[in-house]
Amino acid sequence: MKHTLTCVECPMGCEIEVTTENGVPVSVTGNTCPRGKLYAESEVVCPRRVLTTTVRTADGRMLPVKTSEPVKKAELFSLMRKINVCHPTAPVKIGEVLVKNISEGADLVAADNLS
Amino acid sequence: MKEKYDIVVIGGGPAGLAAAVAAYDGGVKDILVLEREARTGGILNQCIHNGFGLTRFQESMTGPEYAARFEREAEARGIEVLTETTALSLNRARKVTAISPVYGVFTVQAGAVVLAMGCRERSRGALNIAGARPAGIYSAGTAQKYVNVKGYLPGKEVVILGSGDIGLIMARRMTLEGAKVHAVCEIMPYSGGLKRNIVQCLDDFGIPLYLNHTITKIEGKERVTGVVVSEVDANKQPIKGTEKHFDCDTVLFSVGLIPENELTKSAEIPLSPQTKGAVVYQNRETEADGVFACGNVLQVHDLVDFVSEEAEIAGRGAAEYVRCGAHPRDGVSVEAGRGVSYVLPQKIDKSASGSVKLYFRVVRPMKDLKFVLRSGEDILLERKKRVAVPGEMETLVLKEEQVKGLSGNLTLEVIA
Repeated sequence: MKHTLTCVECPMGCEIEVTTENGVPVSVTGNTCPRGKLYAESEVVCPRRVLTTTVRTADGRMLPVKTSEPVKKAELFSLMRKINVCHPTAPVKIGEVLVKNISEGADLVAADNLS
Repeated sequence: MKEKYDIVVIGGGPAGLAAAVAAYDGGVKDILVLEREARTGGILNQCIHNGFGLTRFQESMTGPEYAARFEREAEARGIEVLTETTALSLNRARKVTAISPVYGVFTVQAGAVVLAMGCRERSRGALNIAGARPAGIYSAGTAQKYVNVKGYLPGKEVVILGSGDIGLIMARRMTLEGAKVHAVCEIMPYSGGLKRNIVQCLDDFGIPLYLNHTITKIEGKERVTGVVVSEVDANKQPIKGTEKHFDCDTVLFSVGLIPENELTKSAEIPLSPQTKGAVVYQNRETEADGVFACGNVLQVHDLVDFVSEEAEIAGRGAAEYVRCGAHPRDGVSVEAGRGVSYVLPQKIDKSASGSVKLYFRVVRPMKDLKFVLRSGEDILLERKKRVAVPGEMETLVLKEEQVKGLSGNLTLEVIA
């Protein structure tokens, strides 16, 4: 089966064609770098995204957060529900783990400093 | 409050911070940064999505993370920053008048000025769309501030006009927060946003993008109740009979950004009609001696990575100006030719050292093309490319020896 997709690893946005057999990628063309090949292979098997959103701190301010690793695209909405009940206490520093292992080894981490 | 600074940077967003750090590293330590908001970082503070820094740092950061890097650099150098301070005017003698809750109205004399005020969103008023003035109409950036900074969802049933990056980002953001985005309408036959945003913000969530479509009517008296969307012809005129109706309570406008050059105008600094920013030399010095510009106030960027790069050029330029003073310029012009909407810098000073990186955009999406930089009949540079789109900035580099050898004005064109 042939899949055509736009690489999002960098601003180039290469048009990549991936051929799969029984769900396994067998050839990748159109990419201009190794990252593109990895992206295309992962995208046709199990697409993943870093989820970025905000949480409300215990004192009512908004704190940007993100997953430390890409998580399954299909899980984004269920993760949002898990994240929205998290109310960390300031101060918080960038990179601080707010929820350990929120999805398959990815942590929820702070993406801004709050004093 | 001191009355004189070697360098005053107007704006503490990514451009202003990077310019201040580069100026400091260029040997000038007496720097003041003026920032209108309560914290530095500018628009990055509300850009909580990731993808910042891919070009410059080969890692994907969120906006606040990217800003924090430069805030740390500025702090480590002890650069003075005045927040909640708005610059009110600037003149060609580089006197900056500003206002702050702490100092009231005050004037500082700057040895050099770096303009880094960023840009504003084009508003609904600029588009003349029929309808009353109900609640529920926001620019995409305003909605972004509501959701990400204030923690409010400004609506639940959304239609977005314009497929600029902020609109695309907000389509995803509001969807993740529980809103339903019914459509993104784009009057052009292509999106002005980055490809990765089309894929990750629309395709990922099944949000339809209607190219060659615009909103022709906004319905509702107290609150938006719906919109009428029409297809447009080649002259961007709505085609009768193509009207579609969407029920919605919210309309977001993502219809372009305009450099915020009120101060630049007050100093009577010439602007480019193409970029809507100042005309600059390669060190980002405007036509006014000692006044430099960088970031979105100079040209609207798609990547902050390029903003930082440009701001460092301006910061170094300002530092050199303070250390060495004005020098006579031996300038040639760079014109945007066929297929190119603008080129920056618009002027090249042949007597300055170093290579010159030209930033430019194409006028429409093109395939299998060639960029050609000419001086009269002579071809100075040529580069082939598979794809180019207006939403993604292109660059070409003129080597130092080519700069020294320039004999006349340059024209950059695209052959497709």
